[in-house]
Amino acid sequence: MKLNEIFKRESLFVPIIAIVLGLVLGALVMYVGGYDPILAYHSMITQIFGSTFDIGETIRTIVPLVMCGLAVAISFRAGMFNIGVDGQIIMGSLGALIVGTQIDLPPFLHGLVAILVGALFGGLWGALVGYLKASKGISEVVTSIMLNFIALYFSQLVINQFMLQEGTQRSQMIKDSASIQMSWLSNFAGGARIHWGFIIAILAVIFYQVYLNKTKWGYELRAVGHNPHAANYAGMNVSRVIVRTMFISGVFGGLVGAFDVLGVFKYVAISSTTSGLGFDGIAVSLLGGNTAIGVLLSGMLIGALTYGSQGMSFGAGVPGEIIRMVIGFIIFFVAAPGIVRLLFRPFHKKTKKES
Amino acid sequence: MRKIMKTVLPMVLTLSLVLTACGGKTGTNTGAADGDTATSDKKLKIGMVTDLGSINDKSFNQSAWEALQKLNVDHGYDVKYLEPKSDSEVMPNLLQFVKGNYDLTWATAFTLADAVTQLAGEYPNAKFGIVDSDIVVPNVAAINFKEQEGAFLVGVIAGLTTKTDKIGFIGGMKIPVIKRFEAGFREGIKAVNPNAKLIVNYAGVFNRVDVGKSAAATIYNEGADIIFHAAGLTGNGAFNEAKERKAIGENVWVIGVDKDQSLTFGDDVTLTSMIKKVDEAVYQISQDLAEGNFPGGKVTTMGLKENGVDIASTSSKNVAPEVLKTVEEYRQKIINGDIVVPTE
Amino acid sequence: MNKADIALELKGITKRFPGIVANDSISFQLKRGEIHALLGENGAGKSTLMNIVFGLYQPEEGEIHINGVKAMIDSPNKAIELGIGMVHQHFKLVEPFTVTENIILGSEPKRGMRIDIKGASKKVKELSEQYGFDIDPMATIDSISVGMQQRVEIIKTLYRGADILIFDEPTAVLTPQEIIELLEIMKRLVAEGKSIILITHKLKEIMEIADTCTIIRRGKVIESVTVKDTNPQELAEKMVGKAVNFKTEKQPAHPTEVLLEAKDLVVVDRNGKHVLNHISFSLHAGEIVGIAGVDGNGQTELIESLTGMQSVNSGDILLKGKSIVNHTPRNISESGVSHIPQDRHKHGLVLDFSVSENTILQTYHHPEITKRGFINVNARDDMATRLVKEFDIRTPGIDTRVGSMSGGNQQKIIIAREIDKDPQVMIAAQPTRGLDVGAIEFVHQQLIAQRDQGKAVLLVSFELEEILNVADRILVLFDGQIVGETTPETTNEQELGLMMAGKYERGGSSETK
Repeated sequence: MKLNEIFKRESLFVPIIAIVLGLVLGALVMYVGGYDPILAYHSMITQIFGSTFDIGETIRTIVPLVMCGLAVAISFRAGMFNIGVDGQIIMGSLGALIVGTQIDLPPFLHGLVAILVGALFGGLWGALVGYLKASKGISEVVTSIMLNFIALYFSQLVINQFMLQEGTQRSQMIKDSASIQMSWLSNFAGGARIHWGFIIAILAVIFYQVYLNKTKWGYELRAVGHNPHAANYAGMNVSRVIVRTMFISGVFGGLVGAFDVLGVFKYVAISSTTSGLGFDGIAVSLLGGNTAIGVLLSGMLIGALTYGSQGMSFGAGVPGEIIRMVIGFIIFFVAAPGIVRLLFRPFHKKTKKES
Repeated sequence: MRKIMKTVLPMVLTLSLVLTACGGKTGTNTGAADGDTATSDKKLKIGMVTDLGSINDKSFNQSAWEALQKLNVDHGYDVKYLEPKSDSEVMPNLLQFVKGNYDLTWATAFTLADAVTQLAGEYPNAKFGIVDSDIVVPNVAAINFKEQEGAFLVGVIAGLTTKTDKIGFIGGMKIPVIKRFEAGFREGIKAVNPNAKLIVNYAGVFNRVDVGKSAAATIYNEGADIIFHAAGLTGNGAFNEAKERKAIGENVWVIGVDKDQSLTFGDDVTLTSMIKKVDEAVYQISQDLAEGNFPGGKVTTMGLKENGVDIASTSSKNVAPEVLKTVEEYRQKIINGDIVVPTE
Repeated sequence: MNKADIALELKGITKRFPGIVANDSISFQLKRGEIHALLGENGAGKSTLMNIVFGLYQPEEGEIHINGVKAMIDSPNKAIELGIGMVHQHFKLVEPFTVTENIILGSEPKRGMRIDIKGASKKVKELSEQYGFDIDPMATIDSISVGMQQRVEIIKTLYRGADILIFDEPTAVLTPQEIIELLEIMKRLVAEGKSIILITHKLKEIMEIADTCTIIRRGKVIESVTVKDTNPQELAEKMVGKAVNFKTEKQPAHPTEVLLEAKDLVVVDRNGKHVLNHISFSLHAGEIVGIAGVDGNGQTELIESLTGMQSVNSGDILLKGKSIVNHTPRNISESGVSHIPQDRHKHGLVLDFSVSENTILQTYHHPEITKRGFINVNARDDMATRLVKEFDIRTPGIDTRVGSMSGGNQQKIIIAREIDKDPQVMIAAQPTRGLDVGAIEFVHQQLIAQRDQGKAVLLVSFELEEILNVADRILVLFDGQIVGETTPETTNEQELGLMMAGKYERGGSSETK
């Protein structure tokens, strides 16, 4: 590899070097902390690729990260910052749970309807943020974070009142007909909880790419994101674009909630905090530069690290705090390619002089 | 600054690479000691999965891990824990131990019951232990506590100590476990001080200190001078509120839960604590397995008689000797079966 | 020539960007105490060159000498250290901060741990008096005029000890009065021994103030001339590379039926001020009506009312007899009104979009472009390719990001797009702002061509010369009212100037307050 490659703008080497740098710095921290970095990384890799079960569970971890990344990214592209994905996930869970527990439908159809209702709940929750911004000019950052709490407590209320499993802190189980687990694939993957969401996430990435770049609405969305004044001048209904975009963002979030209920847990636990997945989504979308392929890749990176980190703890006894530092280093370097270039500048200059 | 960065950073990086390379030879440092004190013939491998709290939660997770560490020291068992960071990691973490051929895997909270039930069904040869749950599965040993009996005793203390005849209770969530606390506490008070009024408040969450603090403030404002909490982290708020009131001269107390909380929050506000001996239970059942008596499919219920619940040993600091004497009398009555404490 | 008299010398500066040579072996000398104009079309390489001098870019070849000593300028800080100051076209000021705070930003004088605001503001006051800036050191930036803000930028460079000042298109944002004052200030600066590089494409200013003028065309120095030995015609021809017509050629207008009519328009702003105060006028097919006036007298509100971007409180707007008042921008645009907006960066273009994406900004929803919700990329690109060719838009390709193009070519994209809509009424607001002579000529020809095709053109401009050259009929806007109506043939700059200042009235139907 030529060192000069690092200094090209779109170089693929930068993220790769960033990952290596993150791993090296992480190794240093582990070593200082008295843990064996090589064993730890070996355990991490084994955890991610070790068996079909692990690969399946890694995918299961990646799916919601990609979806949340898309949810945040599409709002970014329209010039907004949706930090309410957590709330949209909760509403999506609730919608899917209601259909999954309260309605009787044939298998497959039941799951499909539950997914759609979950997506709709999340979408409407997102659209509400968009509506408040478009019509009243209230910052989406404020409304979306407040709606996270409202969603959380609203969902608790509904579950407590109507769907509580006696003696537990969770809702009743969804009916089997509403499950979206892909049992054949699950069996193939040693029981890993792979579900239709895997397919839907791939479709969502494709949808994102096509919608943004090939459709009229995507064109409007990008125009509003880059320059709302020009969009208004061009006769676009900026308010409608904002509401529409937040609806789609909410649908992505709602789908994550639906996947969790229908494909992973089969119930909703009453929790006092939100999942935080929406905030992971911010990291995924920023790391991925808000593009479809970027979000997919960064979702895969963060998802694999998250799942693989459990192996570091199991295989090398590294405590959770240090693992999170190591993951932090890797993301830090990937997110800041400038640092990579800065670090390599001395070498770069030297090679230039010699040549 | 930039110049320094330019020269120092590459050095650091090079150094780290060297160290990494050396690191491979220094061996591992897991929870396992080298087993020099092994007494049993077979060295067991015991794993443990926490709930979403950390291993240092000053509560169940920590107690259970202390028991496992003690097993390691006493018998040289190989012990290890995993902390799931989200609900979805619980299953893979449990499975990690199962697939690693661990002899026993502990789950230290009732929130893990669903995952344990499912895996126990899928892997009938694996063995699990679960704390605070009453699930009956052939290869799962469940531990349940008679919280009502311990709560009864601290109820006696509260009933005899209160000056205002008003006593508070803060519960985390209205679930059977916590209701047992409330019921026992109520009965204990009634037994010694029928005039005292019990003010009950369910916070609805286990990990919100601020909610606990405002709940405690409400109860104290209604005239109560003692609060018993069974609300995990939320209960810490009650201690904070009591400390503030103590500082301005109010004579208020908190009764702690699960562990001896006077060690954390100090003697000045902690009247006593009702402790659940999770560590004893975990230790005991793990040893049962080593001796071939694994209580699979059984719910081990531990009350006063089984030494599963008790009041803190430091209670004499703030509780009058004659009160403690009365407590002893009631303890005997419960152990003898003269009193059966209701659970609801 | 005595070496010591040269403040700055560039020798063979070459800078390449992917695809183009921005500066091709450029050399010139700035003498101490002179105003040296750098003249060139948009995109000729003036800004690149000055960014090299100010340390923002590194040249591939060539040397920079300051006071006869070779200098390596690898950052703006280094440039400042060497006594070079830059007054940017777009000010770099923090609005809620005071004048003094802005000036010391980045080089705060410290007294112990504290910033010595008092000492600093005293020094600012001294500088202000020395050069006749007349500025209040404690005023906040958002409370002073654009002209004053520019003075803050100038003081900022002086405060840091600049001896060589670079002015990048300094008059583009100023009113005529402010321009006169700025030129005075520049004269005083050179009298005090400073040297000035003036980047501009306004020939009038060069003739008035500069000593020497270096002309750059397509990255190369064409010539350095002494200003007093030349004339605007010669300069313009050297800059463009061909003969230039200053007086726009046009035939007399033949206005026919009324296409657009404003009746008693009133717009009240947030503070209750009548920014448009009962305005009425009509616009005929086949004529260009010029709206003259000083910025801020209601032009923006008038344009935005006519195009639907601003709601009107009372009154009516008729397009061919049908009311379009308070219709949406889309609706008005589809009814046959094209709009070249005043601020092409804010409204006219999405700078992060490509050329082809910008060409469909108004018509992307038409069935030729969008079918069943999907944009037909081929149709879009065909349209862009056609417009690029028809309107001679200079761009590496239709996929080029518009933000990276020169102002003249950006404006061509807007004009191409708006004319291609085949409108009945064309509203052109400040269509030549920031453009060079060649581009201005192009824009004017296009507007006249529209008129000759029987369309109605409304030209809003702050440049009197432009109004007098292009319009067939002139309305003067002052304080939200039309205070005068005249024709280019029967008036002159002095009379218009007085009307624009609200001191003289003629012909207008409305009353003054």
